[in-house]
Amino acid sequence: MAINKDKNSYTVIFAAIMVVVVGSILAFLASGLKERISENERLEKQQNILYAMGVHENVDQGSVNFIPTDRVAEEFEKYISEQLVVEGNTAKPYDEAYLIDLQKEETLAKKGATRKLPLFVGNKDGKKFYIIPMRGKGLWDAIWGFVALDESMTVQGVYFDHKGETPGLGANIKQRYFMDDFVGESILKGDAYVGVKVAKGNNDPVNKIKDDNEVDAMAGATITGDGISAMIKKSLRMYKPYLETIKSKS
Amino acid sequence: MGLLTKKDASLILDPLADNNPITIQVLGICSALAITAELKASIVMAISVVFVLGVGNVVISLMRNIIPSKIRIIVQLVVVATLVIIVDQVLKAFAYELSKTLAVFVGLIITNCIIMGRFEAFALGNGPWKSFLDGIGNALGYGLILIIVGFFRELLGSGTLLGFKVLGDPVEKTGLYATGYENNGFMIIPPAALIVVGIIIWVQRSRNKALIEDN
Repeated sequence: MAINKDKNSYTVIFAAIMVVVVGSILAFLASGLKERISENERLEKQQNILYAMGVHENVDQGSVNFIPTDRVAEEFEKYISEQLVVEGNTAKPYDEAYLIDLQKEETLAKKGATRKLPLFVGNKDGKKFYIIPMRGKGLWDAIWGFVALDESMTVQGVYFDHKGETPGLGANIKQRYFMDDFVGESILKGDAYVGVKVAKGNNDPVNKIKDDNEVDAMAGATITGDGISAMIKKSLRMYKPYLETIKSKS
Repeated sequence: MGLLTKKDASLILDPLADNNPITIQVLGICSALAITAELKASIVMAISVVFVLGVGNVVISLMRNIIPSKIRIIVQLVVVATLVIIVDQVLKAFAYELSKTLAVFVGLIITNCIIMGRFEAFALGNGPWKSFLDGIGNALGYGLILIIVGFFRELLGSGTLLGFKVLGDPVEKTGLYATGYENNGFMIIPPAALIVVGIIIWVQRSRNKALIEDN
């Protein structure tokens, strides 16, 4: 018996079978590769944290080179002395705090749960770094990053990344020239926590003025830049009580 | 003739030169501009498209007699999206850094006009073996242009090839840089790809006058 392919029932059955087959192939693949993928993501977070505190293998003016994945676990052990979770003005140790999913925490916090705020303490050449993870919104999708502060609340290094900002424009937030501009800026204005703003027309294109809480914006990427400003402000605000105690100790 | 008949061979060879998807049919330009700033990304994109188009053409060809014509475009989209997700997941597991560079563009393969074009124009009307050859041929033709563009953009823009400093060190001023040579920053931004593709089209058409449309 020949099947009438023009019948609606055939179309519906065909579509249903197709969805089931494709769905199971993808589910099988995703569960098979899950372990490897999450391991890659774990190492990447370690690389990012180390990058923010200046542990990297940059060779020239333009390159962003992380510690290679085969060495990153041991370097992370070496430079990161404490992994903490901040609660108000206290902090307690937390194993593998870098695996805390900031997005999940944010959703949970909306439902009333206490938000886990990870903080990493790094030691390099006798200097102490406080590294804070951040997460925010760019133009198209999520942006995130890490900022490394010293005791005086001066930015020592940052790392930014994004999911889908425009290549050549917003995607440049992970370029050296943009990230390096943040180094030396203070997140304090007087005693207020203002963060660091990505500002248009701040008359400081080479970023010589370090006490204005501003870095020069990227042309053509206003919304991504504003996203960075908002992300820094919002993320640091939650750590304020604890950062105060660090500052008063120094 | 051994494995391939003359007609089969032309399915693979034509898209490499006189019926190239990028330079003659002007398809798939978007990704050719976007990811060719370095050779490595070009090569990976080329391999991914060879995989997706080769396998996709075979799958569509095998299903061509049972696909209900009312929803054939949707079926094509599902097939290509599935293959792209497979490529994406495999890259994430085995070449993580690369998958981050390609992240946006791997998704864009789904909308790559070459793929839908070959499904619709060839695989729906031909057997699996022919469709496989056609898919590989077109993907290689696309990949070839990508690699040529990537080669020149990385060489002239960053002075490297696959990350190796072939022209010397621009900071230490060794090699070619000792003579005062500088990298051309323009080559790194997307419009440079347009110019390289333009030059390829120009060279190709001046060598084969039959390709010039008269109007």
